[in-house]
Amino acid sequence: MKTTEEIFNLLKEKFGESIIEFKTGVPVEDFIVVNPFEIDKVCTFLRDTDSYQFNNLMNLSGVDDANGKKITGEQGEVKLEGRTFSLFYHLESMSLKQKVTLAVRMPGENPEVSSVSEIWRSADWHEREAFDMFGIKFLNHPDLRRILMPYDWEAGYPLRKDYKNPEFYQGMKVPY
Amino acid sequence: MGLLDKQFTDDNIIITKVEDVLNWARLSSLWQMGFGLACCAIEMMATSASHYDFDRFGVIPRPSPRQSDVIIISGTVTLKMAIRIKRLYEQMPDPKYVISMGSCSNCGGPYWEHGYHVLKGVDRVIPVDVYVPGCPPRPEALLEGLLKLQEKIRNESLVKKTA
Amino acid sequence: MPVKTEEMILNMGPQHPSTHGVLRLELLLEGEIIKGVKPHIGYLHRCFEKHAEAMTYPQVIPYVDRLDYLSSMYNEFGYVTAVEKLLGIEVPQRVEYIRVIMGELQRIASHLVAIGTYGADLGAFTPFLFAFRDREKILSLFEITCGARLLYNYIWIGGLSHDLHPDFVRLAREFIPYFRPKIKEMNDLLSYNKIFVERTANVGILPPETAINFGVSGPNLRGSGLKWDLRRNDPYSVYDKFDFNIPVGEGRMGTVGDCWDRYFVRILEMEESLKIIEQALDQLPEGDVTSAIPKRVKPPIGQVYARVENPRGELGYFIISDGSVNPFRVKVRAPSFISLSVMDELCRGHMIADVIAILGSIDIVLGEIDR
Repeated sequence: MKTTEEIFNLLKEKFGESIIEFKTGVPVEDFIVVNPFEIDKVCTFLRDTDSYQFNNLMNLSGVDDANGKKITGEQGEVKLEGRTFSLFYHLESMSLKQKVTLAVRMPGENPEVSSVSEIWRSADWHEREAFDMFGIKFLNHPDLRRILMPYDWEAGYPLRKDYKNPEFYQGMKVPY
Repeated sequence: MGLLDKQFTDDNIIITKVEDVLNWARLSSLWQMGFGLACCAIEMMATSASHYDFDRFGVIPRPSPRQSDVIIISGTVTLKMAIRIKRLYEQMPDPKYVISMGSCSNCGGPYWEHGYHVLKGVDRVIPVDVYVPGCPPRPEALLEGLLKLQEKIRNESLVKKTA
Repeated sequence: MPVKTEEMILNMGPQHPSTHGVLRLELLLEGEIIKGVKPHIGYLHRCFEKHAEAMTYPQVIPYVDRLDYLSSMYNEFGYVTAVEKLLGIEVPQRVEYIRVIMGELQRIASHLVAIGTYGADLGAFTPFLFAFRDREKILSLFEITCGARLLYNYIWIGGLSHDLHPDFVRLAREFIPYFRPKIKEMNDLLSYNKIFVERTANVGILPPETAINFGVSGPNLRGSGLKWDLRRNDPYSVYDKFDFNIPVGEGRMGTVGDCWDRYFVRILEMEESLKIIEQALDQLPEGDVTSAIPKRVKPPIGQVYARVENPRGELGYFIISDGSVNPFRVKVRAPSFISLSVMDELCRGHMIADVIAILGSIDIVLGEIDR
C-alpha cells in the first residue's frame, strides 16, 4: 500500500512535467494535480501497472472553482476572468486496497480534458454528467450528450456558479 | 356487495335518479393509472398493497392511460417529464380525474426555490381535482384524498356544469 | 442464407409499469433480439447538487433522504459519515449502534421492495403483497422512532435527532423471530419457483471483470461472485464489531452472475442483516445521543470522499468545503447510476421480455440516478 506522496514521486519520475503538483495539508484528502491532456495516459499507467492496479474508478466529479475575477463589460454584462474548472478522480485498487485522488484544472473559457471512458467504462456516464452540469468537454468521448437535462436545454450549464435560470421552457414557467 | 344486498325479501323496484346511479357506478370503480414518479410512488404502492388495500374502494392499477379514470401524480414533476404527463393525461378517456399527491406535485415542495429543472406544481400543465398535502403523504392521507374525489363525483350532474 | 429482419427502435418508458419509475429505454431490435439499449435518464432530475450548495450542512439531510427514497436512513448515514470525517468529530458509541440498527433495518425494507417488485415484474403478484406486509412492520419501527414512514431526517451530524423510543428494543427483538420464517416463505413462494427460475437463470450474466470495469457495486457485484462489501473491506462506523457473512452468487440455478444470483444475494443479505441487528441490540450501550451534535457546522477548508455500503451498493459523497456554513460542492456517487450504465452490456442478445428481468434484477431507484 502506497501513500499519495509516494505515488506522486513515482509518477513525477515517469511523466515529468505532466504531473503538476501534490496538494497536501488540507483536511482529510491529499491529491495529485495532473495535466488535463495527459490524464488518460497517467490513468492507463495507474490501472495497468502491477504495483498500482487501480481497477476501480469510484467517483469522478466536476467542480466550478468560482475563483475568477469579476469584470463588467461595456454593455453591463458580467464576465469572470481567469476562472477555472476542476475534475476530481477517485481511484481505488480493489486487490491492493489503496486509494488515490487525482485532479485536473482547466481554464474557464474552454474547459477541455482527455476522456478516461476507454480506461474505466464507469467514467462514461460520469463524464457525460460533468459535461451536462459544467460544460466540460471530454476529448475522445464516444457519446458526449447531455444526460440529465433535456437535450434541447439552451440555458447553459446549471451547476456553474453563474448560472441563470430561464423564464420559460417549452411554454412552461420555470421559476416559482 | 353493498347497499342493496339482502335488503329486500322479494323482487322489487327501486326508484332513483339516473345521475345518482351513474355517479355511484363511476365513483365506486375508479381505475387508477399505475404510474409512479418519485418518493410518493412508494407510498402509493404501499397504499395499494396489503395493509392499506386500495382495492376496497374499487381502485385498481391499470398500466395504460386509455383504460384509466384517475391519474395520481405521485412525486416531483420535472420539466422533462411534464411534457409526457400532459400527453398521458390527454390520452385518458373522459371523464378523467387527477389527484396531485404530495408537496412536489402540488407546488414544487422542497424544490421550489433552487429547482431549476422542477415544475412548480403539476397544475401548470394539467387540471387537478384533489390536492393531497404531505411529503410524502401517509397512505391514510391518500385514502382521504380519494374519498374527497368520490365526494366530488357524487355531486356531479349530467346537465348542470360542475367545475 | 439466414433471413435478416430490418432493425427497429422500440421505446420503453418513461411511463412503463416495469421501469421502476421514470426511466426511458431505447431498444434497438432485430426481430425480438436486443441489439442495443440506450437508457435515457433525467426524468426525475431534482437538482440535488444545486440545492446542497444553497443549504447549510444540516439542512442538506432532508434532501439526502429524497435521493434514494427506498433507503433514506442509509443515505443519511453516508452523508453524516462524510461530514463528520470533514469535521473530525467522534460520535458516541450508542449513536453508532443505533445508526447500524436503523441502517440494517432499512436494508431489509429496501430489499423487500426490490424482491417484491421483481416478482411483480415477472408476473408473480403475491410476493409483492407478502413483501409489503413485512415491510410495514419495519416502517412501524421507524415510525415510533422518528414519526415518519419513508423520509426520516433522523440521523444528524454528530448524533441523532432523538433517542430511541422506550419500546423500540423490545419491538425490534420481536421482529427478528417474526421475520426469519418469512424469508423461507419467500423462498418457497418465489426463489425456487419453476417459472421464476426459468425467467431469471442464465439471463443477463455479468462477468466480474466487466462489473469492476463498470464500477458496479453492492449486491450486483456480489451476485457476480466477488466478495466485496464495504462493511467488511473498508469498515466504517462499528461494523468491525459484528460477525456476519458476505453472501455471493454461486450460480446455483445457472451461471454465476445471472439475474437469479443477483436476486438471491438480496434474500441471503436479509438474513445477515438480521444477524447484525440481533448483535447490535445485544451490545447496545447506554449514553446520550445528542451530546456530540455541533452547535454550528462549519468545517475547515478541505475535501472528503466518504463511502458506505448502501442497499444498492457503494454510496459515496464527495464534499468540498470552502470554510463557510454551506457546502461548496456535494457530488453523490449513486450506486444505481453506475449499475444502470451496464444495461447495454447485459441486454445484448437477449429477448425483449428479458429486459424486464434484467432491469428488475439490478434494482435501480430513479431518485438517486437522476438526483
